[in-house]
Amino acid sequence: MDELKQVILSYVIKEYLEEGDDRTVDAETPLISGGIVDSFSMVSLKRFLEKRYAIQIPDAEATPDAFDTVTRIAELVTRTQARTDGRA
Amino acid sequence: MTTTTLPVTEPVALDWSAIGRELGYRPDAPFNIGWACSDRICQLGQAGKTALVWEDVHGAHRRFSFDDLRLLSNTVAHHLLELGLVPGERVCLFMDRVPELYIGLLGILKMGGIAQPLFSAFGEESLQVRLEDAGTAAILTQRKHLGKVRRIREALPGLRHVIIVDAEAAALRPDEEAFSLDSAHRPESFQAYPALAETPSILHYTSGTTGKPKGAQHVHSSLLAQYYTTKLVLDLRPDDVYWCNADPGWVTGTSYGILGPWSTGATQVVLDSGFNAERWYGFLERQRVTVWYSAPTAIRLLMREGTPLAKRFDLRALRHLCSVGEPLNPEAVVWSEQAFGRPFHDTYWQTETGAIVIANRPGMTIKPGSMGKPLPGVTAAVLDPTSFEPIETPGRLGLIALRPGWPSMLRTYWRNPAAYAGKFKNGWYLCGDKARLDADGYFWFVGRDDDVINTAGHLVGPFEVESALLEHPAVAESAAVATPDPVNMEVVKAFVTLKPGFEPGDDLELEIMNFVRKRLSALAMPQQIAFVASLPKTRSGKIVRRVLRAQEWGEPVGDISTLMDD
Repeated sequence: MDELKQVILSYVIKEYLEEGDDRTVDAETPLISGGIVDSFSMVSLKRFLEKRYAIQIPDAEATPDAFDTVTRIAELVTRTQARTDGRA
Repeated sequence: MTTTTLPVTEPVALDWSAIGRELGYRPDAPFNIGWACSDRICQLGQAGKTALVWEDVHGAHRRFSFDDLRLLSNTVAHHLLELGLVPGERVCLFMDRVPELYIGLLGILKMGGIAQPLFSAFGEESLQVRLEDAGTAAILTQRKHLGKVRRIREALPGLRHVIIVDAEAAALRPDEEAFSLDSAHRPESFQAYPALAETPSILHYTSGTTGKPKGAQHVHSSLLAQYYTTKLVLDLRPDDVYWCNADPGWVTGTSYGILGPWSTGATQVVLDSGFNAERWYGFLERQRVTVWYSAPTAIRLLMREGTPLAKRFDLRALRHLCSVGEPLNPEAVVWSEQAFGRPFHDTYWQTETGAIVIANRPGMTIKPGSMGKPLPGVTAAVLDPTSFEPIETPGRLGLIALRPGWPSMLRTYWRNPAAYAGKFKNGWYLCGDKARLDADGYFWFVGRDDDVINTAGHLVGPFEVESALLEHPAVAESAAVATPDPVNMEVVKAFVTLKPGFEPGDDLELEIMNFVRKRLSALAMPQQIAFVASLPKTRSGKIVRRVLRAQEWGEPVGDISTLMDD
């Protein structure tokens, strides 16, 4: 797993999984539809990504579908970074 | 000069005793909701009919007949009595949308307990406050939520039983109990507690502007209203497949995700999944859902995914769509006609009313954006906010009010009769919402009449958020208000001043957001935090939220002459 996914996965496990919740979470685990991160919590996850990677994820792209797995979130971050770099 | 007379003051009378007879209910005779939703349906010759089809996000799938409901709710009721619980004690359900939640509610009612369903995403503080207030004796929960219960248990000496529905006893602490619907003793017959019309049944907690959440106390005869409105408004018929995507931790998920459909003998389907448009459409298609009760936030999220996605699925079985929780914007009504070939029908009610009171019923002309009209048996009006008399001029803004008398109205707030009494003026129950009436008698929702934040159809009390914020070491003062949001209608915005030594910044903002989320819930988490030098206050030092709220909504701030100068 690349570093970006690892960072996101670690944050999700630390922040959104309850102590004692023994579910296995990996890069493909459904987060929003699986009830680990709800659509309200998504806002804090988005804020974390924006802060950590110095990006602005457009609200229109911050959909439950785009946040449903660590892999999709990593793709969203990568796309946003590419646009940010292109503007720089 | 002519004056338009509003038809709202002419309620349609309803013979509740006839509704009661359909349900096997007689005043002053024993009547138990748990029995009425399971045993009674079996006695009507529908024991083998499917009551519940359940799926989860991982593809697990279970099917339960009404006879299963009867037997398994007997199992829960028997187990609770065996533990020493007695009728009248509060038993909390703190679970995701698993079968044990739905069946457990019937079981608690059958043994005479007062069911207290709570949203499983609540943080430990939200959970503790509600269990403390109710004096809850037992909680049924899942392994994944056990951590929260463990962290607060010491503070809840009255909580005698922590029952985990999906764990082996070996994995639990000595003071916790494992219970499995699959392996527990199943009593073929069980004498349901002989509840009477006014015997308490369910406590649903709701948030207000001030103070802690209050437990709206309902009674067994409330089922008359849920049964009637399920047939009248949701239009459930014997062959329907019904999906209510609300969580039973909230009143919609209980009144219309358990009681209403099962009292009519309907088949309902449940998807234990968070939002995902493709998954939801796939579920509707696979289960051949005919009647769907959803919410504006979910509908707006589906709208964002576009009509072509909806068109990829065969949703022709859908014949009736309803919505609840917050006003359904006209665009959503129009979109649903494009996507599904039929409009969503908005319905209005609240935790306290226990059942739908104002709605766009089948066959009515829908005015997109309107809540519809009062149901038969309900007297509703828009009151002048000063005189508390019904407004008789169309278009004038006032307070939505109901005359008490329908069966599912709350009977009191749990151990808080003063708060209950405060909800009435001139014999009217005040809903806490503002609306206008048009000349045809349709109600048009305008907003809350207080500081409560309606986010995605769930009420969040600003006081709770502010209290949680003040527990953060950096926060000196706080105010929480609603700010507009295109999907959730409103979300929580916090204004905070910091203690000396703390600096505003992104790190601190995220830290505070997560701090509140874990204590209360994601719903209550401020989605925006403004770090300010001071908050608007009265000269006596009380924080004035209305000024902040008005700024957020671009409204006039009103009289500020009584505010303290900075």
